[in-house]
Amino acid sequence: MSSTKDHSGVTTVATYPIAIEINGKPQQLDVHPWTTLLDLLREQIGLTGTKKGCDHGQCGACTVLLNGKRINSCLTIAVMHDGASLTTVEGLASGDDLHPMQAAFVKHDAFQCGYCTPGQLCSAVGMTAEGRAETSDELREHMSGNLCRCGAYPNILSAIEEAMPATREQLERDKGVSR
Amino acid sequence: MNPFTYARPTGIDEAVSLFTPDSRYIAGGTNLLDLMKENVTHPEQLIDITRLPLKDIEETTDGGLRIGALVSNSDLAWDARIEQHYPLLSKAILAGASPQLRNMATTGGNLLQRTRCYYFYDADTPCNKREPGSGCPARDGLNRIHAILGHSEQCIAVHPSDMCVGLAALDATVIVKGRDGERRIAFADFHRLPGNEPERDNTLADGELVTAVELPAENFSTHCAYLKIRDRQSYAFALVSVAAALQLDGGVIRNVRVALGGVAHKPWRNPEAEALLVGRPADKAAFGELADALLAGAIGFNDNQFKIELARRAIVRALSDAVEGAV
Repeated sequence: MSSTKDHSGVTTVATYPIAIEINGKPQQLDVHPWTTLLDLLREQIGLTGTKKGCDHGQCGACTVLLNGKRINSCLTIAVMHDGASLTTVEGLASGDDLHPMQAAFVKHDAFQCGYCTPGQLCSAVGMTAEGRAETSDELREHMSGNLCRCGAYPNILSAIEEAMPATREQLERDKGVSR
Repeated sequence: MNPFTYARPTGIDEAVSLFTPDSRYIAGGTNLLDLMKENVTHPEQLIDITRLPLKDIEETTDGGLRIGALVSNSDLAWDARIEQHYPLLSKAILAGASPQLRNMATTGGNLLQRTRCYYFYDADTPCNKREPGSGCPARDGLNRIHAILGHSEQCIAVHPSDMCVGLAALDATVIVKGRDGERRIAFADFHRLPGNEPERDNTLADGELVTAVELPAENFSTHCAYLKIRDRQSYAFALVSVAAALQLDGGVIRNVRVALGGVAHKPWRNPEAEALLVGRPADKAAFGELADALLAGAIGFNDNQFKIELARRAIVRALSDAVEGAV
């Protein structure tokens, strides 16, 4: 922990150092304990792809992959994730090559305003990695933590159904690389 | 959120020794941070317990399972031993929250999540649970989601967990550690009714840390059902939920358990009424009697009278489903 003293000598602001890998890039950061992972991404690092919708874990717009698992970045504080590996929507594509899930969202027109899309994409990739949802009904249930106020659900579902096999292959390849 | 300091102990005793009355332990954080953002809770220190060695699921000597307090809801629901031997628990967990939340939320934290009563969550209104003595606007206000059983003059809030309803039916035990050592608490004694102290959700002493939940060997894996009724099909809290478990000998009841969620300040059971069904045919008449006994004394409010009949039907349906298998 490091603190600074204000003019009256009172210790006011404490930050804590964390090492965190974000989209493959290791970062050393100093964070206030009350900084959420979402605010760290958007305000401190400038990765604004991850969206703040409700800020209460109800909408899923802030979904990211923490050590490969999908979570709501608004409901966790960054200081707890010293040593973690994080993937945001910015980390899904390889250069100019869209992730299969992103390509399928474009192909199926799986959005209108697009605000929920980064969370939908990360959530869909996380769901694929979990390997628990196969049928359309299961996919709907397992994506219920991501709201779309535009109501693009039918196209989101079509996109996910099409992209899951390729996403699975990519996850397997990534596993091989990290081994 | 209010400013606070942060500690990251690596040992259980160290974590317990760091506790002060203005501290909170944090693990998944999915409920605590929400409450802090809403200004319902404002701790001066958060003690991060996620580095403690409480992440394993181990077999106990009496044939049950000991679940570390830090096992995530997802990992628990999808653990092969839980899915195979305790399907009731797996189904209850998967009925709650969203996949993202279940990936963060922990076993211990699920027990300690707080009510979703609108007035408790709104720091601008009175609430005896949040601010003892300030009043309960829910009694005459919006109370569709509130209790029909075990409520008091002071509080009509319900416990929001699905997992706990499953654990109550399974007769789990909660293991806690405090400065005075370890305690084992029967699940039925862990949560409490509001009475005159609605600010107390459970029987933990200040600073006691939940370290594990133990499941007994008896798992009801052959006949069980978790039925959750809610305002939308997914990702909503229960209006009424039922964890039903049966042991059958032919068509005769050898053992029956029913726990209700969404109706009281804690998962609701009536072991005496359950015992009366032993030796009876597993039919709707018997299930209806158990439902009536469970709901004896139920009192609804303006918006939630419907819950009494809804609960009655849900109990009979869940038990009927359980006769068919693990559903």
